[in-house]
Amino acid sequence: MVGRPDADRSSREAIGDRLYYGVLWVLGGLVLVVAGLIVLNLALVSRPLAAVTSPWAFIAGDNWDPVTQQFGALPFIYGTLVTSTVSIAVAVPVAVGLALFITQFCPPRLAPFFSIPVELLAAIPSVVYGLWGLAVLVPWLRSSVEPFLGRTLGFLPFFRGPPIGFGYLAAGLVLAVMILPTIVSVSIEVMKTTPEAQREAALALGATTWEAVTWSVVPHSRAGILGACLLGLGRALGETMAVTMLIGNARIISLSLFSPGYSLPAVIANEFAEATDAVHVGALAACGLILFLVTFLLNAAARWLVTAVQRGPARVSA
Amino acid sequence: MKKLTLGLSLAVAGVALAQGDLLVNGAGATFPFPLYSKWFSEYNKLHPNLKFNYQSIGSGGGIKQITEKTVDFGASDAPLTDDELAKAPGLLHIPTVLGAVVVAFNVPGVSELKLSPEALAGIFLGKVTKWNDAAIAKDNPAAKLPDLAIAPATRSDGSGTNYVFTDYLAKVSPEFKERVGVGKSVKWPAGLGGKGNEGVTGLVKSTPGAIGYVELAYANQNKLATAALRNRDGSFVKPSIEATSEAAAGVQMPADYRVSITNAPGKGAYPIASFTYLLVYRDQTNKDKGTALINFLRWAVTDGEKFAPALDYAPLPGGLATKVLATIDSMTVQGAKPSASR
Repeated sequence: MVGRPDADRSSREAIGDRLYYGVLWVLGGLVLVVAGLIVLNLALVSRPLAAVTSPWAFIAGDNWDPVTQQFGALPFIYGTLVTSTVSIAVAVPVAVGLALFITQFCPPRLAPFFSIPVELLAAIPSVVYGLWGLAVLVPWLRSSVEPFLGRTLGFLPFFRGPPIGFGYLAAGLVLAVMILPTIVSVSIEVMKTTPEAQREAALALGATTWEAVTWSVVPHSRAGILGACLLGLGRALGETMAVTMLIGNARIISLSLFSPGYSLPAVIANEFAEATDAVHVGALAACGLILFLVTFLLNAAARWLVTAVQRGPARVSA
Repeated sequence: MKKLTLGLSLAVAGVALAQGDLLVNGAGATFPFPLYSKWFSEYNKLHPNLKFNYQSIGSGGGIKQITEKTVDFGASDAPLTDDELAKAPGLLHIPTVLGAVVVAFNVPGVSELKLSPEALAGIFLGKVTKWNDAAIAKDNPAAKLPDLAIAPATRSDGSGTNYVFTDYLAKVSPEFKERVGVGKSVKWPAGLGGKGNEGVTGLVKSTPGAIGYVELAYANQNKLATAALRNRDGSFVKPSIEATSEAAAGVQMPADYRVSITNAPGKGAYPIASFTYLLVYRDQTNKDKGTALINFLRWAVTDGEKFAPALDYAPLPGGLATKVLATIDSMTVQGAKPSASR
């Protein structure tokens, strides 16, 4: 009499559990299946490319000429990596500084006045960023910034050549603005999780505000900030519209950031709609595959880095 | 809440087709899209139960979809190649209107510019690099050409505009044909690439010393400074709707209309012009849709042409329109002549 309802309940629970477990498995598996199908489809579409070039020649070749069916994607790969690097180099110090300011130094009541405008940046469509770049950033880069950089840092190969405005620098800077909200908001959330006691303890030991922040908040949130940067980088790698409008779309490889270039998403966006030839379509699909691969590797590296950094401070304190 | 539901159901009903309505689907070129939209809405006024759904996904997509027969008609700026046509037996090219590609420039202090084919090809090959180069100066004795670097602006996206422009340059310059060739996406030896007409215009407007090429309609609407080009007969012609139509008048027309009309003969002919085509199968398999489509085509190349100039498209010259009408009359529905009107 006593045992029966219990047994009934537990078996019912067991069925419910199993059902729930199964549903979650299917949903989780679905993500993998979709990703797998995308890769498979890209690989299938890019197969005709094998008739004219080898994978290595495709990745390392710098000649992309649809008329003569020569396809080398190096200028696009290079441009994607360069613009993303510029954007990260510019955005990360600003974003982390801003997040520290908002969470640690700014009076809590004023914090929304700084964080909300930054979050609003994420709501601006990328084509608007592109137009802003065309109308404001490019003329400014051409007339002021690039000549100035050329005069002061011209001894470095990155800041040489005629100031054109369109190029890696313009695209990288707009990307920096675009990925800023991602890095700032994730960093803020991470920094907020720092135990208040740690910071207060540091202050009690006589640390200045700045020392308290560098001793408690920064080590605690290091992994999270890194994760935030990699999320931003992911967006920068795949951004299409704004980059296409500002990078200059020239199939060249140049060390100078003033130089026009090209990127993987840009070439797909530019050429796919009017590509009728199977080999040309195949080459564009292969560009998509490379972009997929780069993003995948980057995410894998990010996971590895985040876990490594998380383990780091623990070992130091032990 | 009730109001919202009512509003929603009304909106849904507005999109859905009423009983007995007919929907004809098409896809293809973006260039003639503004004119085709006008045509579809005007034709719908005459035939209220016939609706058109046209997706301007680009000529490449249009060719693909009509080849796979997922749409009732396609549209393309460039004629199909022999290979492409072999995959779509029975497909007709119906030229609808003409477009021109104009050369726009941004040279401080210069508002009128004349360019010879040699100078234009030289600029886009990256060989003529200064605005005061002798190749440009000799045709512009009155202009004050500065010692300024030329920044060529090209179309980076695959487009019919690229095709027509490279087709012209390859005809007038053997070196261009050899080094760059003809195509919707080509490898430009020099300059910056902008996406779309607006991208090229942005490059030209924001870069002193820039020179680019855009569609006539786009240049007219944006009041760009455009160059007069020397045509085959040796006269310099400013781009205009009349000069574009004239380019089609003097060309030997093959029966399938697959012809390039760049560098066309004729004293007033503008040298960088092209047709844009609707692509339909000669024998229509769906009785109602086929009949409706044939009647629409007949209307388009006759009454429809008068809407073209207002939207900066050049209408077919009279003789050609008659010929195209005969081609449309040769179309059949399920192997038989269609009834005169629906």
